[in-house]
Amino acid sequence: MIDMLNYDFMQRALIAAVLVGITAPAVGVYLVQRRQALMGDGIGHVALTGVGLGFLFQTSPIWMAVVVCVLGAIVMELVRARGRQRGDIALAMLFYGGMACGKLLVSMSAQAGSGSLESYLWGSILTVSPSDLSTIAILGAVVIAITIGLRRQLFAICQDEEFARVTGIPVRVLNLLLAVTAAVTVTVAMRVVGLLLVSALMVVPVAAAQQLTRSFAATQAAAIALGITVAVAGVAGSYQADVPSGPAIVLLAIAIFAVFSAIAAPLARRRHRAAADHGPEICEVAIPAQDGGRPHGKPQDATREPAGGTDLHTTSANGAPKSDPIASTGLAQ
Amino acid sequence: MSSVIPDTAPTDSAGARHPVSADAAPAAVSLRDAVASLEGRPVLRGIDLVVRPGEVVALLGANGSGKSTTVKAVIGSVPLERGSHELFGKPYARFKDWHRIGYVPQRTTAAGGVPATVREVVSTGRLPQHRLLPFRRRDRDAVDRALDAVGMLDRAEDGVANLSGGQHQRVLIARALVGTPDLLIMDEPMAGVDMASQQILADTLRREVERGAAVLLVLHELGPLEPLIDRAVVLRDGCVSHDGPPPKDVGQHALPGHDHVHPHADDDHLHNTPRLLA
Repeated sequence: MIDMLNYDFMQRALIAAVLVGITAPAVGVYLVQRRQALMGDGIGHVALTGVGLGFLFQTSPIWMAVVVCVLGAIVMELVRARGRQRGDIALAMLFYGGMACGKLLVSMSAQAGSGSLESYLWGSILTVSPSDLSTIAILGAVVIAITIGLRRQLFAICQDEEFARVTGIPVRVLNLLLAVTAAVTVTVAMRVVGLLLVSALMVVPVAAAQQLTRSFAATQAAAIALGITVAVAGVAGSYQADVPSGPAIVLLAIAIFAVFSAIAAPLARRRHRAAADHGPEICEVAIPAQDGGRPHGKPQDATREPAGGTDLHTTSANGAPKSDPIASTGLAQ
Repeated sequence: MSSVIPDTAPTDSAGARHPVSADAAPAAVSLRDAVASLEGRPVLRGIDLVVRPGEVVALLGANGSGKSTTVKAVIGSVPLERGSHELFGKPYARFKDWHRIGYVPQRTTAAGGVPATVREVVSTGRLPQHRLLPFRRRDRDAVDRALDAVGMLDRAEDGVANLSGGQHQRVLIARALVGTPDLLIMDEPMAGVDMASQQILADTLRREVERGAAVLLVLHELGPLEPLIDRAVVLRDGCVSHDGPPPKDVGQHALPGHDHVHPHADDDHLHNTPRLLA
């Protein structure tokens, strides 16, 4: 197990895995918050055109992918901001056009065989070159600075864009910044996870984390911790079992999601019981006709929202008395 | 029916609470001849709306009359095709003092994809104050005060997804109050809100008015907020059909074009429960 650290390529792959494990969920949490969970998938498709261009002109596919992804993400953001009903059609054109264009360009280039494209689609631990690693490190640092440093601003625009505008923060600029950051993250992650699975590492750790968390900040932190865990474990497993790293990482993440979902319900129930000072677990309202018997059906609503029922008609005249579960109990006895 | 509401031309507010300051300071909101459309359909056809400092103005009208669009035009999320739009005496394009405005959007049931606590949501209302700087002690204290004002301090660390409609509305109002705004803009604050929360909202609003804040309220009916309201502007098909004292003892039901659709999900049990317990 430890001997894999003796290889330079494994050291690079593991460092890249840590960076990917941090950046993908750090951006993904905002996309999930805004219900744009599949945006990363779209950018991944578009990135293929960048990879194809890199092959064709024999330049760095990563930097070409950065350029193309950023342009694609800006187009996606503009389509989203317009809120057009046909926006999804426009996005479909972009995604499939990007993918088709990428494959076409790769096949036109003299350099690459199919194996090379394969490593971009599914991720590979063998292909993180020293220059790739420095690119990934620079881009990753930028992504981390933006997603952690501007957390309150980005949370505000993803949580309630209209309200954020009224706080005077530059909503349009921040929206574009988030889209560009997502695009950069895709290119950071594509060597390790692969373009087809990049979005999974943005979404699945967040989905898993939020099974157990209540706050946005905690969700982001837990998702990053999970991201690092599955990326490093996936790369290590990929070395051991000789499988592509992308699928190994994603299946691990989904396994963790399944476990967290399974333990979420019992945990929530215990938490609820701890905070059960809001009233008895079972109704105590007695209906006179039933002579103190435990009521069923409708009257339960009366206990849950005692405020409405009994005070309705006195309210508009002189202000409602404070709601009080005891009041409805008393009235019933 | 038209005799119930005097169809007068827009008049200067007769019942303004602060006539002196109204003359001196520029209006908090001033829309003149505002025209706007949504997806090609004209929604505002030349609206005049003025809210003076310290004044409480209710915007009434049937569904589809343009109330919400007017509010969205005021905050700038629906662009005007024609007309002038000033906030605190500055043209909208040059307005920068967003910390003076507290906005309470119409409550939706759509939750975000990631959990967030009450405190996190209310803290976003503090962005105009701390901007890019870290969230400091005084920001945190302001959030605590706003939560306390709406009686939600004890739920600060709870997830917003677990709140009732009324509690959620109180959180949105705390978010607007956290920066102590000079103008509060609220879109249907009482819709789908239980009675206890309605009372808390009315009390909170009264304190804000006493503090001197101007308020622009979109309302379905005057309800428990009636005593606070200085002036009512009634919209009808994108035009102002009344601007003056609030129509007395006249709810939404008497307004032209009212279609008797109630947004209050709780109405049924509100009406049924007293009978059940009697």
